[in-house]
Amino acid sequence: MSAIDTSTISLPSSPVKGRRFARLSVPYFLAIVGSAWMIVLFLIPLISGLLVSLMTGNVEQGYTLTWNFGIYAQLFGPGADVPYALFLGRALLFGVTATLITIVIGYPMAYFIAFRVTPRWKTPLLALVMVSFLVSFIIRTDMWAFLLGGNGPLLSLLHRLGVSGDFHILGTPAAVIGGLAYNNLPFMVLPIYVALERIDARLFEAASDLYGNPRTVFMKTTLPLSRSGIFSGILLVFIDCVGDPVNAQLLGGKSTYLIGQAIQDTYLTQQEYNVAAALSTVLMIALGIILFAYARIFGTENIEDLV
Amino acid sequence: MTQTATTPVKAPFAELRAKRRPGLPIIYWVVIAITLLPILSMIVYSFNVAPNHRITYVWHGFTFAYYLHLTDLSGLWQAFVLSIVIALASSAISVVIGTPLALALERYRFLGRRLISGIVFVDIAAPSIVVGAASLSFFLTVNLHTGFLTILLVHVAFNVAYVVVTLRARLSGMGTVLEEAAGDLGATPLTAFFRVTVPLLMPGILASFLLALAMSIDDYVITAFVAGPATTFPLFVYGVKTGLPPQVLCFGTIIFVVGLVLAFANGALNRRSSI
Repeated sequence: MSAIDTSTISLPSSPVKGRRFARLSVPYFLAIVGSAWMIVLFLIPLISGLLVSLMTGNVEQGYTLTWNFGIYAQLFGPGADVPYALFLGRALLFGVTATLITIVIGYPMAYFIAFRVTPRWKTPLLALVMVSFLVSFIIRTDMWAFLLGGNGPLLSLLHRLGVSGDFHILGTPAAVIGGLAYNNLPFMVLPIYVALERIDARLFEAASDLYGNPRTVFMKTTLPLSRSGIFSGILLVFIDCVGDPVNAQLLGGKSTYLIGQAIQDTYLTQQEYNVAAALSTVLMIALGIILFAYARIFGTENIEDLV
Repeated sequence: MTQTATTPVKAPFAELRAKRRPGLPIIYWVVIAITLLPILSMIVYSFNVAPNHRITYVWHGFTFAYYLHLTDLSGLWQAFVLSIVIALASSAISVVIGTPLALALERYRFLGRRLISGIVFVDIAAPSIVVGAASLSFFLTVNLHTGFLTILLVHVAFNVAYVVVTLRARLSGMGTVLEEAAGDLGATPLTAFFRVTVPLLMPGILASFLLALAMSIDDYVITAFVAGPATTFPLFVYGVKTGLPPQVLCFGTIIFVVGLVLAFANGALNRRSSI
């Protein structure tokens, strides 16, 4: 491109040099403010925030960096006062379950929109999936708590249908997992839909020509080609579910206390900043390991291409 | 263009499958019904008379009263206004600094490009709870008082990433042919940028602005850490421990309706620009 420019314009050599410099500096000018904002207000806080876990001290006297790696053994070792390992394990379990639910429900929905409706209907049907984004996440979850409550309409309906006994939903793992899946479903449907849309339709014809029955076509063509969409969805949904404190707080009870709530409580209520930072670090590492292992096992293309 | 090329191939295939499997539409519509359930109940219960100023299961009668007395509940109106201001400001800033960043990442090779792409990726992927806690630690360390400013700074920090991702997707499908044509016709790069690139990118910029608006107005987890004494709308709603006041549902309904209108307007705009 630059070769065409210089040959067509053919200016004396020194301005060309100046232009060349200007051209080279263009991306830096374009990128500087946005990059600086993210580095100063996201990356540096993230790293320094996680480093707080290695500090000792308290709110009154302040914290000093003492490279206190012992805190991890203290919090997650066998003699821990509070079972943080349990809260983390539970959060991971709830997260995996909720993510699987969103895949099982979201994939057919994305497939339906991508292949079973005329182009005119695709956008409205996709918008309908995302319509819940127009209602505040807290209100949505609160409304579920309201609807699922002890004397609420849904349980009354169940009682009237003959389900008897001391049956309740609120406060159970099912309610929390349901809430997580509900709130994250669009984040699974959207990337899968995008991946399905990208598949060249001629491949289906080719697969059928090669005597693939619908089932084989799906397993050997559609599913592998939508893998990147599933991975993007898992990335978004799983991470959000495992760290989320809100669903467990509003829909759960004592038996559903999660790591996200623990981070929030140690930080904002108990003000043990180093504990909260240690919990955050372990959460990040656990998520990193799981997602990396998933990417290796199920094989996905370049992770950077996904976002 | 590829759309029109592939449609004739795809359509008969779709019909073939449609006859065989009625399961897919059933799953779709059942899930949509469940999705709409809390939204519809929010709208319905915002019109129900609430004797104790908390929503009740029992239908006490239809009323507009809470819409007419939105400001009666102390703090709610202020929280709503604060959320709107922060959402508009953070989205505007994010678009202004995110658009050039997306252009740089998509169209140029430069030192640090992969690093910045990686930061954008981590910014979106990192769990909110970790980002919130870390941001508060940072503000405490640099002695910045938490409040309006810190909420705004952090909201821009996560919204920039959403803007960049949305716009990069648009840019990668756009190519640079029209800018080159503008250059051939004598336009300076700056003129080409403002007369060609920006108008072409406008639907994408608008979409990313709306996405940022939605992300900001709905954020609870990160904001809860960096808000200090300030209260945004989600923080207020979360803080109401025992039963929601009906005014909260009114605000929820208003946001929902405004959001619908904006989404429709955006859709109509896109349809016109694509013709």
